Amino acid sequence: MFTVGAESLLQQAREIQAEELGKFCSRICKLLREDDLGPDAVDCLRRLFLIVSATKYNRRLDKTCVDLLQATLCLPACPEPLQVLCAAILREMSPSDSLTLSCNHTQNTRQLSLVASVLLAQGDRREEVNMVAQHILRALESRQPEGPSLRHLLPVMSKVVGLSPGALQEDQTTLLSKRLIDWLRYASVQQGLPHSGGFFSTARARQPGPITEVDGAVATDFFTVLSMGHHFTEDQWLNVQAFSMLRAWLLHSGPEGPGAPDSDDKSELEGSTLSVISATSTAGRLLPPRERLREVAFEYCQRLIEQSTRRALRKGDSDLQKACLVEAVLVLDVLCRQDLSFLYRTLSCLKALHGRLSGDPACVRVLLPLARFFLTHGEAAAVDSEAVYQHLFTRVPAELFHSPMLAFEFVQFCRDNLHLFGRNLSILTLSFPNLFKFLAWNSPALTAEFVALLPVLVDATTAVEILHALLDLPCLTAALDLQLRSLPALSERPLWDTSLRSPSCLEAFRDPQFQGLFQHLLRPKASGTTERLAPLHQLLQPMASCARVAQCSEAVPTLLHAYFAAVTQVASGALTDQLVLVLLERSDSLYRVPQFEARVHRVLSSQFLALCKLKPSLVVELARHLLEFLGSVSGVHSRASMVTSVVWAVGEYLSVTYDRRCTVEQINKFFEALEALLFEVTQSRPSATLPKCPPQVVTVLMTTLTKLASRSQDLIPRVSLLLSKMRTLAQSPAASSPHGEEGAEAIHTRATELLNLLKMPSVAQFVLTPSAEVGSPRYHRDVNMALPLALRTVSRLVEKEASLLPG
Amino acid sequence: MVHAFLIHTLRAPHAEDTGLCRVLYSCVFGSEKSPDDPRPHGAERDRLLRKEQILAVARQVESMCRLQLQASGRPPMDLQPQSSDEPVPLHEAPRGAFRLAAGDPFQEPRTVVWLGVLSLGFALVLDTHDNLLLAEGTLRLLARLLVDHLRLLAPGANLLLRADRIEGILTRFLPHGQLLFLNDQFIQGLEKEFSAAWPR
Repeated sequence: MFTVGAESLLQQAREIQAEELGKFCSRICKLLREDDLGPDAVDCLRRLFLIVSATKYNRRLDKTCVDLLQATLCLPACPEPLQVLCAAILREMSPSDSLTLSCNHTQNTRQLSLVASVLLAQGDRREEVNMVAQHILRALESRQPEGPSLRHLLPVMSKVVGLSPGALQEDQTTLLSKRLIDWLRYASVQQGLPHSGGFFSTARARQPGPITEVDGAVATDFFTVLSMGHHFTEDQWLNVQAFSMLRAWLLHSGPEGPGAPDSDDKSELEGSTLSVISATSTAGRLLPPRERLREVAFEYCQRLIEQSTRRALRKGDSDLQKACLVEAVLVLDVLCRQDLSFLYRTLSCLKALHGRLSGDPACVRVLLPLARFFLTHGEAAAVDSEAVYQHLFTRVPAELFHSPMLAFEFVQFCRDNLHLFGRNLSILTLSFPNLFKFLAWNSPALTAEFVALLPVLVDATTAVEILHALLDLPCLTAALDLQLRSLPALSERPLWDTSLRSPSCLEAFRDPQFQGLFQHLLRPKASGTTERLAPLHQLLQPMASCARVAQCSEAVPTLLHAYFAAVTQVASGALTDQLVLVLLERSDSLYRVPQFEARVHRVLSSQFLALCKLKPSLVVELARHLLEFLGSVSGVHSRASMVTSVVWAVGEYLSVTYDRRCTVEQINKFFEALEALLFEVTQSRPSATLPKCPPQVVTVLMTTLTKLASRSQDLIPRVSLLLSKMRTLAQSPAASSPHGEEGAEAIHTRATELLNLLKMPSVAQFVLTPSAEVGSPRYHRDVNMALPLALRTVSRLVEKEASLLPG
Repeated sequence: MVHAFLIHTLRAPHAEDTGLCRVLYSCVFGSEKSPDDPRPHGAERDRLLRKEQILAVARQVESMCRLQLQASGRPPMDLQPQSSDEPVPLHEAPRGAFRLAAGDPFQEPRTVVWLGVLSLGFALVLDTHDNLLLAEGTLRLLARLLVDHLRLLAPGANLLLRADRIEGILTRFLPHGQLLFLNDQFIQGLEKEFSAAWPR
């Protein structure tokens, strides 16, 4: 709907030529010079804004035009739409070297705020941030009775402090802290007067009442953001803004902040002893401003927590209560970090809050900052943090995985607070099945987060289980979908994919026969065991086309790469063996989502090779399992890349150079298995059910057989026979259909090269089983290319020699 | 603190790839510190970078929204308004959040909170430690205000030539990127103020 109209308009704005723009600018100049700035001017400025903002490249506006825009912005009486447009245009052009705008020319605080927005967008090339800071401070310090509204200035201050913490001096910080104290604690508790009192309204009619709480009761204490009224006074507005910027301000002016005095530690200690002494006294005005501000902040947060127990009359206010709770906990956390004496007062209050909220699913997002608080201060306060985590990690993900915002916040909580878990890290790592529920349901948003989180979750105890879980992740998505369908609806709009109906899957989910498997899949904690979920893969097949399952399956290869990068850091020899076995086993036991298997096979085969490279002796150690794998022929077509990697690894690492335990018997056994496999592969005809076997499988089989023969030389005649058969087969017309012409050609060439090589057994051994010193200085780093190069060279040599021989 | 607010187009999930994601409006509150760039066109380069950062965010939001709608099986028509009388059900609109790593595309790591309404994407680019619950609420409020005051449900509505209204709303409800704890009464008060300066 918007695209079509917007597209053409944007195009026009972009394609306007310099000349036309120049004319337009002069028209604007004319309009802006008039005394009466009417709707024409506004209309033109709207267009100018679009022209400037539509393109990412610079638009050169006439200097006179720019100057006029700046002047108009600072006119004493200018309708707001015009002011706002001038500021917006100037801001859109920023950073700009030709700006002459300055805070000196502004007439009132609203203009000052607009000018500041333009100046702050310049990128602080000419100390604009400092300049703005000084102006704002000056304006804030002037206490004129009907003075300009200070409401417009606090947000600028907050932005300035965020952009450039060093912009304020120590005394300026103190001054502003004092004013914040006033606004936060001593705002009026009477409602404000409506703006338009009018000439005829009587004094009685204008009598405002007291402010109320969210549930309508009369306010019991000082004014906060959760206080209601029909109209608000200036200082009440400032109360709202002051609280909105409080946390950032406390961090800025705290002991870690740049505005701290030089004698840090000493004054801090003194300050805290003072506040401990005066903890119960209300005559806190003896405290220096920074400490007094903390005290006021503490009282404010406590009041908010009390106010949040009331039932709000409007939904918007109820949402605000939760946001206030989160902020209150965050501010209390900052306060306790800055001054430990707050901790003892805060703990009881927050423990009670936690107790109240843990049963309420609507407030679950407040539990995260609470948990962080207990994590940070738990030790100092001897709080049993374990109970907090148990609830958080056991129940929350299992019940609320479907909420995208909660999922994001929860995972961020895990990522950001790793350093706080300390000895309790196992609670996090053992809860990985629950965490994976977030990932399975919200994979696009959370994949990157989990790539960062996996190194923490993967350790020696969980590694194998996590690998299985990652390979079964799309299956988990399907199971979660079924779980939602079978539970009573939580909201009006169903949370699952309504376009997909799968009654058979739902039945299977409820079938007691499969309860065990589903429960294992949906378990909240690492169980230390593995279950074969192959029956579930079949049962859930109808759901494989579900969009959410498909999205999850797309994320799995990335996660697998991250997993293997992490696990190779912690893998011992035994663990590496276990992982290889998992790879082999799972390569044909995957949930059949379209393209999922192919992608996973690619990852698994490359990771298998990486593991072999790390620990070459595993080929000999796991010889039995590898033989079993190679014996199951039906798998070749569906997992060609896996087979190729295994066969290649056998050829490469099954020798005494890599493991002294390698026996001739083993080599012979592998030879036979591979020979059989090669036969099977070449004899079978491709059909509708069997995809054609890629020629790489054939060539790698041939090469590996030759390698093995070069190590156990009585196999050479057998291999030569095999190779010549293959060569003949490749030349026959029947060969080109399963492998394609190029494939057949490649097979033929390779067979020839190998045959030639075998004519000189010692050279063959040298080429095919090079010792370590020879192996390292290769001209090509890629192992897969070095061998063909060697083969080709030798072939040519042999052929040349053959042609030189007489007869 | 909010670093930027943007509105961009959202194409329906199953539509062919017609055209690109367009940023219809963006506002950057203060700027990241420009690296010391003595070259003559440093300022222009900065602006180019800023614009491209915003576009990168818009594209990511669009794909997140598209994926979410696909995953929940909602029809693509969901993004179109049913009629101009029905209030837009914002609490069920597709929404989410994701993190941007440092350098990709902003210097500092940032969080993006987004909302999809009427084939428009609204997004806030925040600092990583901002109050997400408040940001979500603010974004929903801004979307509601913009839909109401710009009459986005009416046929032929567009917001490209209505930047002054958008700016007016932002200066009141998200001044300089400051997230405000506004209860319903405050919101009503501000809305009245806004309507006074911008009569319908």
